[in-house]
Amino acid sequence: MSHQAQFKALADWLHGAVTRQERFTLGYNAEASDFIRFNHAKVRQAGHVQQASVYFKLIEDRRHADLNLTLCGDEAVDRQRLAEALHQLRETLTLLPEDPYLLLNDDAWHSSNVQDVPLPDSAHVVEQIAQLGEGLDLVGIYAAGPIYRGFASSNGALGWHQANSFNFDFSLFHENGQAVKANYAGHEWSDEAFAKRFALAREQLTFFGQPSHKLTPGQYRAYLAPAALEEVIGMLCWGGFSAQSLEDKTSPLQRLYDGQATLSPLVNLNEQVTGSLSPAFSGEGYPRSDLSLVVEGAAQDRLIDSRSAAEYGLAANGAGWGESPSALAMNGGSLALDDVLKELGTGLYISNLWYLNFSDRTAGRITGMTRFATFWVEDGKIKAPVSTMRFDDSVFSLLGAALEQLTTERELILSASTYSQRQTASNLLPGALLNRLTLTL
Amino acid sequence: MFDFSAQLKQRFAALQSSAQFFSLRYVKQISQHLSVRKNVAEPPQLSTDEGAMLTVRINGVEAYAATNDLSQRGLQAALEQAEAQARMLAPHALLDLRDHAVATSRADYLSPNLTSAFPSLSDCYALLGSESASVPKDERLVNWQVSLGLENVEQIYLNNAGAEIRQAQRFVFPGLSVTAYDGQGSQTRSLGRDNFGQQGGAEVITSCGIIGAAANVADQALQLIMAPNTPTGPRDLLLTPDQMILQIHESIGHPLELDRILGDERNYAGTSFVKTSDFGSLQYGSNLLNVTFDPDIPEQLASYAFDDDGTQASKQFLIRNGVLERPLGGALSQYRSGMEGVANSRACSWNRAPIDRMANLNIEPGDKSMEQLIGGIEHGILMSTNRSWSIDDARNKFQFGCEWGQLIENGELKGVVKNPNYRAISAQFWRNLSAVGDASTFKVLGTPNCGKGEPNQVVRVGHASPACVFANVDVFGGDA
Repeated sequence: MSHQAQFKALADWLHGAVTRQERFTLGYNAEASDFIRFNHAKVRQAGHVQQASVYFKLIEDRRHADLNLTLCGDEAVDRQRLAEALHQLRETLTLLPEDPYLLLNDDAWHSSNVQDVPLPDSAHVVEQIAQLGEGLDLVGIYAAGPIYRGFASSNGALGWHQANSFNFDFSLFHENGQAVKANYAGHEWSDEAFAKRFALAREQLTFFGQPSHKLTPGQYRAYLAPAALEEVIGMLCWGGFSAQSLEDKTSPLQRLYDGQATLSPLVNLNEQVTGSLSPAFSGEGYPRSDLSLVVEGAAQDRLIDSRSAAEYGLAANGAGWGESPSALAMNGGSLALDDVLKELGTGLYISNLWYLNFSDRTAGRITGMTRFATFWVEDGKIKAPVSTMRFDDSVFSLLGAALEQLTTERELILSASTYSQRQTASNLLPGALLNRLTLTL
Repeated sequence: MFDFSAQLKQRFAALQSSAQFFSLRYVKQISQHLSVRKNVAEPPQLSTDEGAMLTVRINGVEAYAATNDLSQRGLQAALEQAEAQARMLAPHALLDLRDHAVATSRADYLSPNLTSAFPSLSDCYALLGSESASVPKDERLVNWQVSLGLENVEQIYLNNAGAEIRQAQRFVFPGLSVTAYDGQGSQTRSLGRDNFGQQGGAEVITSCGIIGAAANVADQALQLIMAPNTPTGPRDLLLTPDQMILQIHESIGHPLELDRILGDERNYAGTSFVKTSDFGSLQYGSNLLNVTFDPDIPEQLASYAFDDDGTQASKQFLIRNGVLERPLGGALSQYRSGMEGVANSRACSWNRAPIDRMANLNIEPGDKSMEQLIGGIEHGILMSTNRSWSIDDARNKFQFGCEWGQLIENGELKGVVKNPNYRAISAQFWRNLSAVGDASTFKVLGTPNCGKGEPNQVVRVGHASPACVFANVDVFGGDA
């Protein structure tokens, strides 16, 4: 039985099992993934993970409780597990007070997205990687397989999302310890496209032969490539656009949303669900809306889940866990990719940033490290790699007064995160040219 | 307890395999997370998860298959999938494990007080609600939350060499936080949460200290919004245990993980400034620094008898009198490197393979009371409770921030300061360790959120530490 049929059968059973007073929502998460780790261009660790679970909410008289339940794939056993879960939740509800912030979506919406382009055989991929990586110090992970997400409710809502995807996230190390980070991800594997992507990373390795350029703390012109900008944007996603964080006064974009500060007019950020790789519905059963979060440097929409909607009198817009974006798109600018070095002139070309955190969260000040390919550029030419440096700067400077230009070209960066399960989040971002970045250590 | 054990053993015994070695690791976790936010009980988050990982070794090549299907047919299918993968990868395998010894032990391990009853869901909500209600009414207090996490985990490890290792553990995670806002900026003060967790029963809620603490935590949040920013410049730094655990974790624990040193994590979690040749000679810290891998403090989060590869755990010094002695490397990393390590091969659950992780990583107490630590500082600052952490991929250049700061002048605690941050370099920072608190300052803490590995894993780690003083550290405040 297919995953979709299994889920539908469980939802159908639940429709018949609940009383007229009870309501439910049922989310579904499953995957079958190959995980192959590489070190020194050899396979360090490899395996396959098959998992499936439902996220079951039972509601009665404004009381509700949630239970996440692993399924085994056998229809009868899973139905029995769901029956036991129903019993457990019924008993739990009798112990709970009414929840003033319960807000359910009554719409019987339907949504379906199935992408089942065949994935390459893992043996073929390993062979390709081994061939191209021969003689190189390659390290990374290949993750691939189908991902399934579903949603059903007692009100008749039904959503299904299924996609095959792969993500080869890797680094090539120079013997001096410096490295280039690269990624090849998508739905349709192409040996030719992979070879092209690999060649690009290999070409960047040649810059590491020269001695490192030593920097002292201070302010420098800098170009943040899309992957580096993603780390900065990722910090903003940590509560930045969340309705609850904004109401609790802990958002790093508090000043922006309170109208006390603005970003550069070049900054336009959207939660662009349409056409993205993530499901069109949230885990709590709301269709997800396209949102304009920041328009020409000013705050506009925020991400609102049902609980925030009820508590603060807002309209829910399908925000997921933590009210964080998962399909963020930033508008490009007018800087051609080919002109980046020329426009940078003298300064830092930063491919990746790493391990960012807040120095002062409510002031929007963040710190983090350079990592992987970071180069010192003089007069528009790459001169030397740069040793790892720490920055500490305000987002209201980085994406405000210090932001000179954004690249016209944007890069779609698919999440390589595999905590608990393979993620479907993505970011579509340009590169950013800054007239100053503050390095501290 | 271990209800599935007999059936699982039967199914394991019935598995058909031509592999010279194969093992099964079954994990079942039942969790409950409760929270009361601003006097409103949030819906309980319950979870029941179980599955198994089958690992095979064929001609020295290992591979695994993890499955949610625990039937005989499901386990057999997973075993065959792992076998097929091991054969497929053979020409490209990094390691030849033909001579790598396998576990043969048979033992059970239980958390302390595991069989004692835990408060009912109603009682837990009543406790959280009572604490939430005791936050004073003040319009500047814009948010507060009291929470309680409970995780019951059973693990059974079996292999075809006869090993049978069963572990049943209960983990408790109490927490409390209060946010104050003055119209310009906010400050949050917390207790427990990501900085605390222990094995055991209801006594863990008491030992965390959240009962009766809400009013004081709220008062501290209010003090912080009225406090000046932390001044910039070098000072002696007194860290209390709830910041020491982060300091140990990031700048001793991660750099000593042997798989990082061997390069496995270079694409994600990073590498290490420590080299294999440093063990036995590197002066990692001052001679006051004594760091142990200690699985024997019963209530600590990562106390266990055997790791997830079946290696018996015992207390070992990693750093003694400041000198680096031993890495955090499990049996496989020890085999690869030829170095002695510890039993720290751990997985977050059934669907992830064991790798080198921190477990309980502690600093041994010294001989100074808290009064003596403060009294010995002429120009310094006390910092408590981590709130921000950032460190480079080699675990050297770091910047950490705390919730609470208090200046120290001429041996006395002075005014509260907000946004206390400090930055330094690991390789130098520990050599500036100038005083170590005694047992009266020692606390057994930990965190449920240590992330690492490809595919990614989050595990519970324990850290116990006294308060410590570091000379001449670069400290600074925030923008607000």
